[in-house]
Amino acid sequence: MTPLLATLYQILQMLLVLALAPLLTGWVRLVKARLVGRRGPSVLQPYRDLLRLLRKEVVLARNASWLFRAVPYMMFTAIWLAAGLVPVFTTQLALAPTADLIALIALLGSARFFLALAGMDTGTSFGGIGSSREMMIAALAEPAMLMIVFSVAILVRSTSLAEIADFMMSGAVGLRISLALALIALVMVAIAENARIPIDNPATHLELTMVHEAMVLEYSGRHLALVEAASMLKMLLYMALIACVFAPWGMATAGSGVAAALGGVVVFVAKLAVGGTLLALFETSIAKMRVFRVGEFLGGALLLSLLGAIFLYVSRGV
Amino acid sequence: MGLVVSAIAFLFAVAVVGAAAKRLPQAPTVVYGGTAAACALIALWAALRLAGGGADADLVLPVGLPWIQAHLRADALSAVFLIVVNLGGITASLFGWGYERAHHESHGASQDGPVLPLYPLFLAGMNMVLIAADAFTFLLSWEFMSLASWLLVLSTHRDPETPKAAHLYLLMASFGTACLLLAFGVLATAHGDYSFAAIRAHAPAAGAAALVVALILLGAGSKAGLVPLHVWLPLAHPAAPSHVSALMSGVMTKVAVYAMIRVLFDLLGEPEWWWGGVTMGFGALTAVMGVLYALMQDDVKRLLAYSTVENIGAIVIALGLALVFKAAHTPVIAALALAAALLHVVNHSLFKSLLFFAAGAMLTATGSRDLNRLGGLIHRMPTTAVLALIGAAAISALPPLNGFVGEWLLFQAILNAPALSEWSLKIEIAVVGAALALATALAGACFVRLYGIAFLGRPRSRAAAEAVEVGRAMRLGMAVPAVLCVVLGVLPTPLIRLFEPALRLLVEAGPFDGRAYQPWFWLAPTSAIGNSYNGLIMLVVIALLSVVLVLGIHRKASDRVRWSIPWGCGFDGPDPAAVTQYTASSFGQPIRRAFGSTVFRARDHVDMPAPGDTRPARLSVTWTDPAWVVVVEPLARAVGWLAEKANRLQFLTIRRYLTLIFLALVVLLVMVAVTQR
Repeated sequence: MTPLLATLYQILQMLLVLALAPLLTGWVRLVKARLVGRRGPSVLQPYRDLLRLLRKEVVLARNASWLFRAVPYMMFTAIWLAAGLVPVFTTQLALAPTADLIALIALLGSARFFLALAGMDTGTSFGGIGSSREMMIAALAEPAMLMIVFSVAILVRSTSLAEIADFMMSGAVGLRISLALALIALVMVAIAENARIPIDNPATHLELTMVHEAMVLEYSGRHLALVEAASMLKMLLYMALIACVFAPWGMATAGSGVAAALGGVVVFVAKLAVGGTLLALFETSIAKMRVFRVGEFLGGALLLSLLGAIFLYVSRGV
Repeated sequence: MGLVVSAIAFLFAVAVVGAAAKRLPQAPTVVYGGTAAACALIALWAALRLAGGGADADLVLPVGLPWIQAHLRADALSAVFLIVVNLGGITASLFGWGYERAHHESHGASQDGPVLPLYPLFLAGMNMVLIAADAFTFLLSWEFMSLASWLLVLSTHRDPETPKAAHLYLLMASFGTACLLLAFGVLATAHGDYSFAAIRAHAPAAGAAALVVALILLGAGSKAGLVPLHVWLPLAHPAAPSHVSALMSGVMTKVAVYAMIRVLFDLLGEPEWWWGGVTMGFGALTAVMGVLYALMQDDVKRLLAYSTVENIGAIVIALGLALVFKAAHTPVIAALALAAALLHVVNHSLFKSLLFFAAGAMLTATGSRDLNRLGGLIHRMPTTAVLALIGAAAISALPPLNGFVGEWLLFQAILNAPALSEWSLKIEIAVVGAALALATALAGACFVRLYGIAFLGRPRSRAAAEAVEVGRAMRLGMAVPAVLCVVLGVLPTPLIRLFEPALRLLVEAGPFDGRAYQPWFWLAPTSAIGNSYNGLIMLVVIALLSVVLVLGIHRKASDRVRWSIPWGCGFDGPDPAAVTQYTASSFGQPIRRAFGSTVFRARDHVDMPAPGDTRPARLSVTWTDPAWVVVVEPLARAVGWLAEKANRLQFLTIRRYLTLIFLALVVLLVMVAVTQR
């Protein structure tokens, strides 16, 4: 594997995630609409929404500071970089050794940190509601996520995502109770982190129940486009992450050529379609929970992941 | 070594100048300039020693008790902490000089109490602890450091809260010193020689060693702020002037960490596996409790002091892990954990100083450190706001800043737990890892709250609305640690390499042993779990992507901007203390409900007027600190009782004193007769 090809793959990956993220969101919306008996908008609607937002003027609150205007760029960059670090069609990425899973989680944490600050910047009550709730959710989701990483890293003997995918594809792991627990916990965390039902409802603007939407309520125009696109990227990232750790098959590896990489792209799109359908099915079959039940939901995820890690720590032959 | 001692002597000389501050208008400049120069000298000396391999430097001074001389020694471990202490000293002096001048201009007089003569003495005391090489010098320096900082806390004695805080501090400090005194007594029992070299040569028996571990955790732990001995810290640290708070919180707690490392890793010899287990448990408790306390504070400086408790918890977790792996004869992993501890010591001293300076800047600009009277400072104090944002992001362990590197190394060490043989330890380490992750995430929430309430939003008081940016010296004092936070986050490896002699001294291995040569901008320590991190590339890629993004967006998108009034739920008006804005307490409410209701019995009481009644509704929050109820109140009662009893000894007749002296002599002679047989 030449460094040049790895760099090319890296650039391709950065562009691919960018291009596919709105499509995934459109797909989830379409499937959800069909499931409840509506025709639903076209899968391409999110692209049109983003373009329309980009063309609109920005309305800023009178006391918004430079931070408010800088945050959309900062959080989008952080999430874009994070999405570029998860192997989706090949494990041969140039940036793979730069940041491991722990750094990836911390990158997502930075994006959230700055978005929560932006929520506080306009000095309205909605921003504060959103920020404080988001940080409460994160306070439980992040440790759960790290414990999942611990389980996986100890099994694979690496925290690098590329090595995790390679190892999982080799089939050397087999079925493990810890992996099952980690998968359940990761799905729970992913739902919470992406503000999906039952934690949060991406389509609501009801003030009592908003979390993520409340935080970004004051954004408009190109800033809102960036924030929305970042949320779409984040959903894609979590699906790619689950696929990379628990179903990495189809990805190009060290020895395989460019054709395998192109095949990997096709397989990845198929994985996203399946993941999006499952998410839509799950969301239509469950009701949103009260904000203060979220602690129990994510506490459950944390305990599951901790249990998974403890099983591994004390099991022989690891 | 002579250089360090002369620099410390110079600090004493500077203190004399400070004592004459009333008559010398130039005294603040001399004191802060002189202190900064002495600190710079010592830090440079220590860095050069470490770069040169960290050989021991010895000096024996013919002072102290007649037949015991004062032994001084700076080995690699001392050198690491000398850098930390004196780096903090330099930035604090810079900031303190500006602080003093700002105070002088606004109040027309010097600060409330005698800060000037005590400030260099405090730094001298901390330096002396680090180079002491016998128990007597160590304890004397330790007590000197404690008393100097106690007097500095008292320098704001006009504040009604201060005497209470200072009293509690004095109680806890004497408790801590008593524990350390007993610990060194036990260490030296076997041979009666109090020099560290002799203690090191004679490892104590298992029972005695266990007692020493317990006493050190209590003695040094109370100074560092280990839960449940932390109660004095959030009262005493904020009471002092801000640059002194920064030194106490960012630096003095590290001297306590030094004492722990010195005894647990160096003097006690080969560790037992459970030492690390106990240490780690205390660390995890401290980390989680510290940040939960911090989340409920409305006072900026007190919040920062509680956050210090949290960070000390993380450092102590790393120390416990290093002990565990040292006892399990995996020295490379022990070196990894210890490197995480030392790196976090440096990191925390940097960002905590920075944040305390920012609190001092806010205090200077608005006269308040109550979060509910701040707000919107990003418009009024732009430089302070940017620097404080770096500090807040660094302490929340966000990449690519330095706080993240420390956490990352610590997690890498935690991942090596399956190699251990004790099951209880394996389970404990998994739980400790979860606790550390929880503490890190909560710290993020805590600093979003601090920064969001203080710097963002709308001003909550007239003072905040009319704040002006602080002077150049204060801004520079903040900028130096802020720049170092970024540099160490991007390039941590050279610093870890610099500290390697200390790691080799303590665990006889380095964190990069057995790995192929790595370039200096790459971080991949030896571990059973593959890993690598590169903050530099990360920063470059982030910068590159941002440029691409900004250019891309601004080519395509409309760049029209309209300013407008945000929807305030029907409330609006010229009143700057706009009522619809989130407050510090309301921001903390979800987390308080999720965690605080069980740990602190936090309760929200809503006083809702009946319909038709026009008085405002009120929400009040109550919570109790379990550490106060369980530990401090009984302890304070016991100390008070003892002091009361001992007080009677001061009012005896000369006859009774003579009898007492005679009896003491007889008892001692009997003891000598018994032990010498």
